[in-house]
Amino acid sequence: MAAPMLEIRDVHASVGDKPILKGVDLVANAGEVHAIMGPNGSGKSTLANVLAGRPNFTVTQGQVHYMGRNLLAMKPEDRAREGVFMAFQYPVEIPGVNNAYFLKSALNAMRRYRGEEELDAIEFLSLIEEKLKLLGLDESFTKRGLNEGFSGGEKKRNEIFQLLVLQPKLAILDETDSGLDIDALKIVANGVNMMRSPERTTLLVTHYQRILNYIQPDVVHVLVDGRIVKSGGNELAHELEKHGYAQFEAAAKVA
Amino acid sequence: MVSAEQVKQQLAGQEYKHGWVADIEEDIIPRGINEDVIREISRRKEEPEWLLEWRLKSYRYWKEMREPKWANITYGPIDYQGISYFAAPKAKGTGPKEIPPEIKAMYDKLGIPLEEQGLLAGVAVDAVLDSVSVATTFKDKLAELGIIFSSFSEAVKEHPDLVRKWLGFVVPQNDNFFAALNSAVFSDGSFAYIPPGVRCPMELSTYFRINAENTGQFERTLIIADKGSYVSYLEGCTAPMRDEHQLHAAVVELIALDDAELKYSTIQNWYPGDKDGKGGIYNFVTKRGRAVGRNSKISWTQVETGSAITWKYPSVIMEGDNSQGEFYGVAVVNNRQQADTGTKMTHIGKNTRSTIISKGISSGFGQQTYRGAVKILRGATGARNYSQCDSLLIGDKCGAHTFPYIEVMDPSAQMEHEASTSKIGEDQLFYCQQRGITPEDATNMIVNGFCKKVFNNLPMEFAVEAQKLIVVSLNLEGTVG
Ligand SMILES: Nc1ncnc2c1ncn2[C@@H]1O[C@H](COP(=O)(O)OP(=O)(O)OP(=O)(O)O)[C@@H](O)[C@H]1O
Ligand SMILES: [Mg+2]
Repeated sequence: MAAPMLEIRDVHASVGDKPILKGVDLVANAGEVHAIMGPNGSGKSTLANVLAGRPNFTVTQGQVHYMGRNLLAMKPEDRAREGVFMAFQYPVEIPGVNNAYFLKSALNAMRRYRGEEELDAIEFLSLIEEKLKLLGLDESFTKRGLNEGFSGGEKKRNEIFQLLVLQPKLAILDETDSGLDIDALKIVANGVNMMRSPERTTLLVTHYQRILNYIQPDVVHVLVDGRIVKSGGNELAHELEKHGYAQFEAAAKVA
Repeated sequence: MVSAEQVKQQLAGQEYKHGWVADIEEDIIPRGINEDVIREISRRKEEPEWLLEWRLKSYRYWKEMREPKWANITYGPIDYQGISYFAAPKAKGTGPKEIPPEIKAMYDKLGIPLEEQGLLAGVAVDAVLDSVSVATTFKDKLAELGIIFSSFSEAVKEHPDLVRKWLGFVVPQNDNFFAALNSAVFSDGSFAYIPPGVRCPMELSTYFRINAENTGQFERTLIIADKGSYVSYLEGCTAPMRDEHQLHAAVVELIALDDAELKYSTIQNWYPGDKDGKGGIYNFVTKRGRAVGRNSKISWTQVETGSAITWKYPSVIMEGDNSQGEFYGVAVVNNRQQADTGTKMTHIGKNTRSTIISKGISSGFGQQTYRGAVKILRGATGARNYSQCDSLLIGDKCGAHTFPYIEVMDPSAQMEHEASTSKIGEDQLFYCQQRGITPEDATNMIVNGFCKKVFNNLPMEFAVEAQKLIVVSLNLEGTVG
């Protein structure tokens, strides 16, 4: 059997000196969608950033394997080139750097890495045309500075736009549904569903059961105080919606 | 893992590509300055008596003046008697078709073609090596339109009336210490005159190169755009790497008459010194334009990456009604470089407009000061100014300082000023890395984004050059194209 897409074993991680993750275990196979839910500050973004390789997020214990390879030994840009994508909870602005130019540079960096021919401007434009339409984005969107002055919802849509163009194998979406109106939510969900395939895996960090009505997860995990305290099917999300995290937080304290 | 910290460290190992010395035999006047030296310079250049007198008068002013100390730069004393004020290559061609081969080879190495069929086909080049102009291309073609484009010395011989009329019109001999020194000893430079109604069909460009040791370079540029004319002019400069500091004190005077437009772009890449601050050019330059005509416009664009010390404030005096002044500048300091630069916009005519866009990038231990003055005199009704002045810091040992001076004596003036200081953040770099882009390429991209408003004002082929130059001076060579 092929190695799982992602295998997280007993990961402990600190941000600066502060321990945040306290033993995370999670296995996701190709083709699956996993939702990760949990209260504010429980470590969801920390987990996402650890997988993406953000500096100063130090893994102090445990292992992560990505398609059987030691993910933690790879440089952040190489993780990206190998197909790990993170949609940021708070995408940064880079003024003056054209949105489309940025994405083209990213795509070509990945293509070079894989030994593929780079796309020229015309090929790139035809590639993005339909994705823009799909996300209901105007072409003028590509001409602006990267996230420069974008509204919160536009930033999130831009992350999904990049996801669709870069076609990663493992997509980690950190609260991409937060701050979206209901129409945008459907559009984004549609985008994520389009990426669903037997070769791809999605980790969906969210606070709301709402998006799971559109994207059916295979597994739902509850992360509390740096640990996954419960995993289950979609019904777990409904339960959380009703009762909140109180029962798990109490349990976490005991543990 | 390459972190932002490592990128910063890499930036310290700057490389300068034009640091070699060409083996050209030169005729040098011995070091030191006095009236005899000035007479000797004038004699060798076969100048008319009035110009010698003008030089001597300047020298007498200079002797009474003191080096300005108000700028935010520190450097050891300059020994004005230890400098040679004139160096000329010995082998001499008489026209662009007879450039001595060793000089041609040197310019080829710099990528500056002195042949008219050369790479930059749309650009006429005047090449100045140390104290003299060695070649001017496309002269004949320009002459057909009545455009005069030649070395300064040649203009003195061929168009003495024009030179005499305008020399010092913008920058008086006693304007400041360095301008006075330049007026006394200037050796060569470029001269351009665009006749009424003529749109100059190509970029005019001067390429300055310091080659000889222990010499200063004191060039003088004078450009006159007569009524209704248009010209775009570009200067570039490089120098060899030497352990001693070399002095460069230039004067540029621009004049725009009614309805004329004059664009002046600079790509300054003098040797900046090594990473510990040894050697490098001291660049003390006076650049000023007078938009004397109605509806005239003068625009400065500059990209400064070189020099150990830069002291430079390209300015515009808007005298004509509806005249405009613009300044677009990018200045980069890395390692131990220091720059105190900016601009001065003086509004005199009615409805005059000025725009200032200044972008400073500091890296390593580089220190950068923006000094900008906007002056709106009484009677300059309807004057408007827009200033934007941004600093980008790479690392935490460099610095950026901003001193805007505003003096408004007419109540109808409208002023707008924006300023920002930002750091290339870890989070920006990480965002790029997460999209497969290396921190080096990401920094490059962020820097270019930051400079975009200025690059957009450069002639196309030079915008590309400028972009590359910044990558090299910050030592950010990567693969993003
Ligand atoms: N750079 C940092 N420095 C110090 N503490 C940090 C840093 N980043 C995160 N933390 C802390 O780590 C803990 C977990 O944060 P994290 O962002 O992973 O939570 P989260 O589960 O994503 O929360 P939310 O639902 O609010 O997004 C929080 O207590 C947070 O304050
Ligand atoms: Mg979070």
